[in-house]
Parts: sequence; C-alpha cells; structure tokens
Amino acid sequence: MSIKGKAAISGFAEMAPQKGAGNITPLGIIANMAREAIADAGLEKSDIDGLLTGWALSDYSVLWPSVVADYLQIRPAYFNQVELGGASAAGMVWRAAAAIEAGMCNTVLCVVGDRRARARQMPPFPSIEAEFDAPYGLIAANPGYALIAQRHKYEYGTTAEQMAKVAVDQRKSACQNPSALFGNKEIDIDDVLNSRMIVDPLHLLEIVSPCTGGGAFIVTSTERAKDGPHNPVVLLGAGEAGGHSSITHARSLTTSLVKPAAEAAFHMAEVSPQDMDFVQPYDCYTITVIVTLEDAGFCEKGEGGRFVADHDLSYAGDFPCNTHGGQLSFGQPGLAGGMSHVIEGARQLMGRGEGRQVKDASIGYVNGNGGIMAEQCSLVLGV
Amino acid sequence: MGDYTKPLPHPNEVSQPFWDAAKRHELQIQRCNACGTYIFYPREACSECLAADLIWIPVSGRGQLYSYTIAQAPTHPAFTDDVPYVIAIIELEEGPHITTNLVGCPIEDVTIGMPVVAAFEDVSAEMTLVKFRPE
Ligand SMILES: [Zn+2]
Repeated sequence: MSIKGKAAISGFAEMAPQKGAGNITPLGIIANMAREAIADAGLEKSDIDGLLTGWALSDYSVLWPSVVADYLQIRPAYFNQVELGGASAAGMVWRAAAAIEAGMCNTVLCVVGDRRARARQMPPFPSIEAEFDAPYGLIAANPGYALIAQRHKYEYGTTAEQMAKVAVDQRKSACQNPSALFGNKEIDIDDVLNSRMIVDPLHLLEIVSPCTGGGAFIVTSTERAKDGPHNPVVLLGAGEAGGHSSITHARSLTTSLVKPAAEAAFHMAEVSPQDMDFVQPYDCYTITVIVTLEDAGFCEKGEGGRFVADHDLSYAGDFPCNTHGGQLSFGQPGLAGGMSHVIEGARQLMGRGEGRQVKDASIGYVNGNGGIMAEQCSLVLGV
Repeated sequence: MGDYTKPLPHPNEVSQPFWDAAKRHELQIQRCNACGTYIFYPREACSECLAADLIWIPVSGRGQLYSYTIAQAPTHPAFTDDVPYVIAIIELEEGPHITTNLVGCPIEDVTIGMPVVAAFEDVSAEMTLVKFRPE
C-alpha cells in the first residue's frame, strides 16, 4: 500500500509576513487562515473533518490541537499536532494523505500561525541541550548552522561567495512576491558579504528573520479535489527522517537526514531529482539550501556550493529554487515559515505564481527541515 | 565569580558524576559494559545496544576541533562581553563529540582538526565548565 497519488492539496491561504508582533494572536491568525483556505478550496467549514496543526511559540501550551479545534469550532474525526519544527507543514501533507487513505477522515485542514515571539515566551529547550550546549553559548539555531557551514567549508571547499549566491538569487524571486518581507530591492553577493557577521561564517543576510504570519492548506482525496476550483496538487511521494536533537550529536554535520527523506520521496514518486521543474527547500540559512540540494541528489555531495554558483536559482532561471524568495526573503513566521515552501509548491503547480510563475511547472520538490537539520520531510508534488 | 550570569547546567542524578569530575578538573564520560561503546552525553542506557550497564571512566581529555563558529554577535545576552568567542564541537580521542568553548587561542589561529585538550573553568562555587584549549 502506498499513499502515492491518493491525496491532493486543493486550496491554501497565506498571510503576508509582518515584521512586528502585530495586533493579532496566533489563534486569530489561524482562524483567518482557516477561513481563507477553506474558501480557496471551494469548501464549507462543515466539510473539514481532519485537523493538523503545530505549536505557536508565542502561545505555547499542551493540547494545542484541541485549543485550535475549539477556537475554530470544528469537530475533527482525526486531529493532532505535528511536532517536527520547520518540517511540520511538510509532515502534515503526508499524514493527512495517510489518514484519508486509511479512511479516518475526508478533508484535512493543515494550519499554523505565529507571532514574533518575545524571548520570555520561548518554550523550554530540551534538557540535554540546556545542560550541555547552552552553557557554552550553543543556543537556538544560529550557531548550530554556523557549525555546519564551517565544517562544509572545511570538507568541500565551499566558499562564502557560493553561500551568499543563494540569498542573492532567492531575493530576485522575492522581488516578484508582494508578500515577501524583503521584496523591495535586489541584493548582490557583496551586499551579503558586507552585511554584519553574526556567527562566522554566517552573515546577517544569510539568516532568516523571525516575524508574524501564518498559513493553511487543505488536503483531501485526489478524487474530491477534482471538484474544487483549482488543479489538484497531488502528493506523489513523501519521505521523512530524524535521529538527533543537538547538532553536536548528529551522525554527520555535512551529510544530513535530507538524504534518506528525499530518497524515500523520490522512490515513492518513481521519479528522479532531475525530473523536477522547481525546488522549494527549507532555507533557514544559506548553508541549509546547499546541504539540502546535495543530499536530495540535485548535485554530487560537496558540489552544492559550485552548483548554486553555476545555476540561476531565481524563478526565471535554469534551476528555480524557493520561488517565493525563500524564508530568507519572505520571512520566518514560526512554523508558517516551513509551510511557505509547501504553499509555494502548490501555488506554482496550480499556475498561481503570477509574476514569479515557473513556466510549465508540473512537478516539484519541497523539503521541510526542523531544528538543526534534525527533522526532515521531503515531498514530491505534481499536477 | 558571584556575578556569573550565563546559563549554567542543572545536573540531574544521571549527569551529576560528569560535573563532579569536572569540579575536580577531570574529564569523565560513560562506557557501556556490554558493548564497550564510549558515551556522551550522560545516559541511563547505552546509545548503541540500550544496555542499562554503563560505568563512568576518566578519559584523556584530548581530542581535535571538529567544527567551530566565532560568535561575532552574542548568542545569548549574557555572552555580550565575551564577543568574539568560539563555540566548538570537539571530537574526543575516545570518539564522542562534546560542545564547548575553545579558549586560549587567537581567533585567527582556530582551525578544524587542531589538537585540543580539556581546560576546566571554575565559573561558580558549585560549577566547573569543561572548555578546551590548543594542546
Ligand atoms: Zn552498549
């Protein structure tokens, strides 16, 4: 049994990220996204019988799926929280498909929303990281990804200019995305390298910016999705991988869990990376994109730096990558940052990319990444 | 030392021997009696074979710099006065990786693969952190 081809994304909604906390709570954002996504899929609230959501850092609690179900007054026959950090939204797609295929429900609302968290609202770190990492300043994501980037430079000769190229090309696409937080002005490699060094080797413009935002999409059976107003975006393949928490104890700093996740997704879809019309890889940092492209098989291991330097990653280029600008330019509204890659994949395949539409896009790769390369979920979506 | 404001470890019954050894300026990690695997961070069962048969043993304190980042902006407000500082992963001679700060090394001399040795820093009356310096 496989979920290949069985379910599809039939509609979505996405809030334009806002820099400040904003005058809206995560639940308020979630309600807006739910209303808009349900309408976008041509459905009524009463059609929703499944709910997948993820925590909001700024309103962290236990039993969050019930908090959301209560707020929206829906009565799911299948509901849960997907707790895979930035991979949560990608993880929702196949979980929804599996629940539908298993007969647990028909139509799943996948929704997240968050507001820029104040420090005191952060949930506790894993106790082991609080004990053995935090005393040395290995706190949150920045230094963890810097450790990966430094080792990648050492093992493969990846350069600062190559890493910067990711941010530069994605910015070109962001300038065609009216929702992007940083979509007003193109940047060049010097702009990135002249931006403030935060955690060597990562500069300010290689690091995502936390913000307020949200997103939602609807997953239903491929058959039902055909009744909707949009071309169903069919889940063709999915793969997931995990196995570490602190980056210090990852089996490798430079070969990531993207490898097994992507292999599983392409295997299920019975396609190869070279068949993709675009890619939407999670990009909390520039190095994340380079490692992901290598491990997903778009180039040889260690060649990611040269690969991004040799290709035009913009929506109009020969290798469209994060056509919404990526989170580097779109912003990172909590878990909605990871959802932005899923939604942009669906948007492109529905032909709703407007000024940044990839020509003739019919199949694409999406990757979600959580923690410090700790949770990976790869998807192949197609129409 | 009374005004130390950076995050401190809060040992539990499993990890206490590690910090007790650090206080004596000794590096101890666990080893599995069943399969011989060296283990860090402290656990109640072996990370390889899951045997609940681990012993604490002193190790050399030597290793090499596996990766590092130079924090040019503080990764936590309490580290502001330390900028720039080196956050590092050390690969111990015995195998396990450990998070630390590299100390006693000019920033321009930090290189992956450099040999390092444990350097203990008494940060409070109760707590000693395990840092590393060039060997
Ligand atoms: Zn063992």
